[in-house]
Amino acid sequence: MAEKEKAEKVVISGADAIACAVKLCRPKVLPMYPITPSTLVPERLSEFVFNGEMKAEMIHVESEHSAASALYGAYATGVRGFTATASQGLALMHEILPIISASRFPAVMAVANRTLSGPLNIWNDHSDAVSERDQGWIQLYCESAQEAFDTTIMAYKIAETERVSLPVMVCIDGFALSHVYEPVQIEGQSKVDAFLPPYKPHNFLDTSDPKTFGAVAFPNSFFEFHEAEEMAMQEALKVIPKVNEEFGKAFGRKYGDGLVELVEMKNAEYALIGMGTLVGTSRVVVEEMRKQGEKVGLIKLKCLRPFPKDEILQACKKLKGLAVIDRHASLGYEGALTIDLKAALKDEKVKVEGFVAGLGGRDIDVKRLRAAVETIMKGEKGYWLK
Amino acid sequence: MKKQKTKEQAQSGISKTCPGPMVFSKGAVISEPGSTMKYKTGNWRTYKPVIERAKCIKCGICWANCPDAAIKKDSDGTFIVDYDYCKGCLICDKLCPVKAISHGVEQK
Repeated sequence: MAEKEKAEKVVISGADAIACAVKLCRPKVLPMYPITPSTLVPERLSEFVFNGEMKAEMIHVESEHSAASALYGAYATGVRGFTATASQGLALMHEILPIISASRFPAVMAVANRTLSGPLNIWNDHSDAVSERDQGWIQLYCESAQEAFDTTIMAYKIAETERVSLPVMVCIDGFALSHVYEPVQIEGQSKVDAFLPPYKPHNFLDTSDPKTFGAVAFPNSFFEFHEAEEMAMQEALKVIPKVNEEFGKAFGRKYGDGLVELVEMKNAEYALIGMGTLVGTSRVVVEEMRKQGEKVGLIKLKCLRPFPKDEILQACKKLKGLAVIDRHASLGYEGALTIDLKAALKDEKVKVEGFVAGLGGRDIDVKRLRAAVETIMKGEKGYWLK
Repeated sequence: MKKQKTKEQAQSGISKTCPGPMVFSKGAVISEPGSTMKYKTGNWRTYKPVIERAKCIKCGICWANCPDAAIKKDSDGTFIVDYDYCKGCLICDKLCPVKAISHGVEQK
């Protein structure tokens, strides 16, 4: 089948949007172990491979642990790869995630965010991905199917930028985005090829130039490898906005500065901050409250790791109160995002309150988000937005 | 251990914090294979296997089963232990069909 050169607008789900983007990025190896709600991604990709629209090896692995391991293996041979997972599947990959990042393989993985059992629950919250935030993977969260499509293409470019060389997780809310059909502009192959050049590995297994991969690092060197990863994360804070700008120039769409997007923040006194689809609902809340004369704004956090501390500080300088909507609870303390924001804003006058919301697929509606804003406007404490 | 120096490390200031004159390669890849040879593990040993070569029938069972490849074939066809790498697991001692291998506690 001929490659589609022309862009087309189609109505597809968030997961389909990711599969379409992955196809355009030309990965060579796709180790897949489908798990709800990420299943649509491998389903669509296997169709592409079966129809001959995509030249890639799809490996039907026996677990997510193997999917992540095969992804490592693919990158060790020097080719682009891709996988998708969710929830318990991501948890099973946990062991391999820091190995991929420490090997500095620029892998890309889609996560259709689903809560972690138990009790058993297949619906959306961010506890799967947020639980993996310390493993050296860049984490980008998406609000719409178009953003999922665009972010996947940007993810390869960010990951493969030499001074970054870190893997990227593209996170979409399970069901709330993975299964929601929206109009998406699918770009033509040549335009994507121009934006994303062929992958050049920094190191790969080569019988004519043998090297050791996966060697032990003793206490006299392990620390330095992690230091190098941390420096790469800091570089990513500069590279992500650059890639976002380049993407804007090439395709006419960009997402804030690539790290955060500010909505009505110029003269805002109070603001909401959150990740993923709840940002869409928050836009409605901000619009409504603005109409009623309240100085309310919104910060969309697109990038959780690396954490865009400077951008957050800048955005919150003049705020009186910030309501953090966490789709995850760090049991025994507060939501992970709340913890990060309280640390980032410790020297500012803004009062940060955390609201845990949407656990296990509970709706985060206008009413609940409005209640969070009204709580901080009254100077009261955050709570679980059940 | 010869390692590639990347631009990243040249700029990193890592050399200031590193305890030795090491250069860290991207992704911990070692460009010269076989570096494990330089890491001698013989001093991990508690028990020391000893091969009595007069009893050895050259069957090679100890050689084939040593998990550390620390048993080597000598020029006369009998086997010897490479004490630089032998960790003293005594699998050779257990498997020798003619009891040519004995062991004692390593004296340090």
